[in-house]
Amino acid sequence: MKQFFSFVKKEFYHIWRDKRTMFILLGMPVVQIVIFGFALTNEVKNSQIAILDNAKDEASSTIITQLDASKYFEIRQNLHSYPEIEKAFEAGKIKMAIVFPQNFSEDLHHLNKAQIQLVADASDPNVANILTNYATAIIGDYQRRINTNNVLPYTIDTETRMLYNPQLKGAYNFVPGVMAMVLLLVCTMMTAITIVKEKEMGTMEIMLVSPMKPIMVIIAKAVPYLLLSIINIASILLLSVYVLEVPINGSIVLLVFESILFTLVSLSLGLLISTGAESQQTAMFISLVALFLPTVMLSGFMFPVENMPLPLRIISNIVPAKWYYSIVKSVMIKGLGLKVIWKETLILAGMMLFFLTLAIRKFKIRLA
Amino acid sequence: MQAVIKADKLSKHFGHFTAVNEISFEVAPGEIFGFLGANGAGKTTAMRMLCGLSIPTSGTATVAGFDVYKQTEEIKKNIGYMSQKFSLYEDLTVLENIRFYGGIYGLSDRDLQQKSETLITRLNLQNEAKKLVGSLPLGWKQKLSFSVAVLHEPKIVFLDEPTGGVDPVTRRQFWDLIYEVADRGITVFVTTHYMDEAEYCNRVSIMVDGSIEALDTPPKLKQQFSANSMDEVFYELARGAKRSE
Repeated sequence: MKQFFSFVKKEFYHIWRDKRTMFILLGMPVVQIVIFGFALTNEVKNSQIAILDNAKDEASSTIITQLDASKYFEIRQNLHSYPEIEKAFEAGKIKMAIVFPQNFSEDLHHLNKAQIQLVADASDPNVANILTNYATAIIGDYQRRINTNNVLPYTIDTETRMLYNPQLKGAYNFVPGVMAMVLLLVCTMMTAITIVKEKEMGTMEIMLVSPMKPIMVIIAKAVPYLLLSIINIASILLLSVYVLEVPINGSIVLLVFESILFTLVSLSLGLLISTGAESQQTAMFISLVALFLPTVMLSGFMFPVENMPLPLRIISNIVPAKWYYSIVKSVMIKGLGLKVIWKETLILAGMMLFFLTLAIRKFKIRLA
Repeated sequence: MQAVIKADKLSKHFGHFTAVNEISFEVAPGEIFGFLGANGAGKTTAMRMLCGLSIPTSGTATVAGFDVYKQTEEIKKNIGYMSQKFSLYEDLTVLENIRFYGGIYGLSDRDLQQKSETLITRLNLQNEAKKLVGSLPLGWKQKLSFSVAVLHEPKIVFLDEPTGGVDPVTRRQFWDLIYEVADRGITVFVTTHYMDEAEYCNRVSIMVDGSIEALDTPPKLKQQFSANSMDEVFYELARGAKRSE
């Protein structure tokens, strides 16, 4: 046991002496949460739009005022002719143009039918969709208001409830994603790199000649990173609760337990990589390409897995982060318990055992 | 006197390649045994088998009285090892390195305290004890590395080309340390490329293509090959080698 602690102490010296890396490891989750929370958001706000108002009457100006008053739009330009619309889009200044025809009010009040044209920049299809939806909703509002006197014969009112995330905050989606990414990066990459470093330096050989058992070496290597990860889990959770106001709806004990399980999966993966890689660069490259990219792409954090083609959906099942991401969402956002996530938990536990067994076996083969 | 290393027809094959071919030798306690050979002659493989890092294909060997097949754990407790790669941690201080290596060999705190003091005094590192090892000159690092390898008073210490890249003066000082250790009864098993160092050994074996081609004291070897220096002896033997890098 004393041997073990000497080793763990030494690992802490390594981490402590390399202040830059330590700072990155502890600062990264904070920075990511802040960036994702305040800068990178897929909510559409304050989009620049242009108006071509050929009517300039009471109805058109009311609608324009309402568009401008909403938090979604900001009127950047008033245009005077059709060709100007294209120019404005080409200049990249606006995301959408709204065209009112001549006689807009008249058509509306006398013909009972008027048209508004929405022209959106669909080079970003999602944003275009969202913007036209917002605009349609605002115009619909206006229409309902002027219709209060005339009772429509049949009406269907849709009443929407956004479960778990009533304010449609992006943070509910990315906090679990950032947790998966940070844990994976810290545990897998750093473990792989430190072990390969010992191989490169020749100190691993000294360890193997010493009475210390290889398995102990491996565990001692992993312990400091497990601790760092627990600090990271804590800082991410504190930030998301107190700064981003994402609540932890489920059991925090369960959440921490699952996070530690995922950390262990990442550590085993790091060990596995380290048994194969001969240089620190290789270890880093494998960690990034083989783990980080699939995590970002296939865990469901950035792109919904359900919409992917079948081969990708199958591959996504072997990405540990996919399961962890779904666990965190269930526990943290939906407030569900182990009853619902036992399957994911088992899969993660299975992955951990698999990677760890493989890593230890490969480690032993190297010795013989 | 009971031999501390005993090898009998020890072999190691990797597939069809015979890295070490039936080597037999004995090393007495307190002896400084030079283990020479060109690159690729099989020195490192032989040494790894004796250290319990690699299981032999055939033959028998005991190290400190323990079997290299079954008792590798016992062997590891009784040997020290210094590799050709410099093997201390550069980002740890001198003292931390000493404590760490002492720690993994299970030395008690009191032992560790006392031994690290003796070691630091012996190497005149009083002022450097709390400095990072990375800031020391290579020669000092190597002397420190060696002292750390014998910190736990092993029966045998294996040195794999310990003086690579060091100037002659530092090498001489390094050998003073080796003699001191041998006087304490620790057997020294050393591989080297420097033939002047071979002269410092009590006995020398020379490996060519996986086999031991010569084994004796340096004076007798010179006599046997009617050579003036170990350099000539080595050249005479190594010339016939088929394997080389």
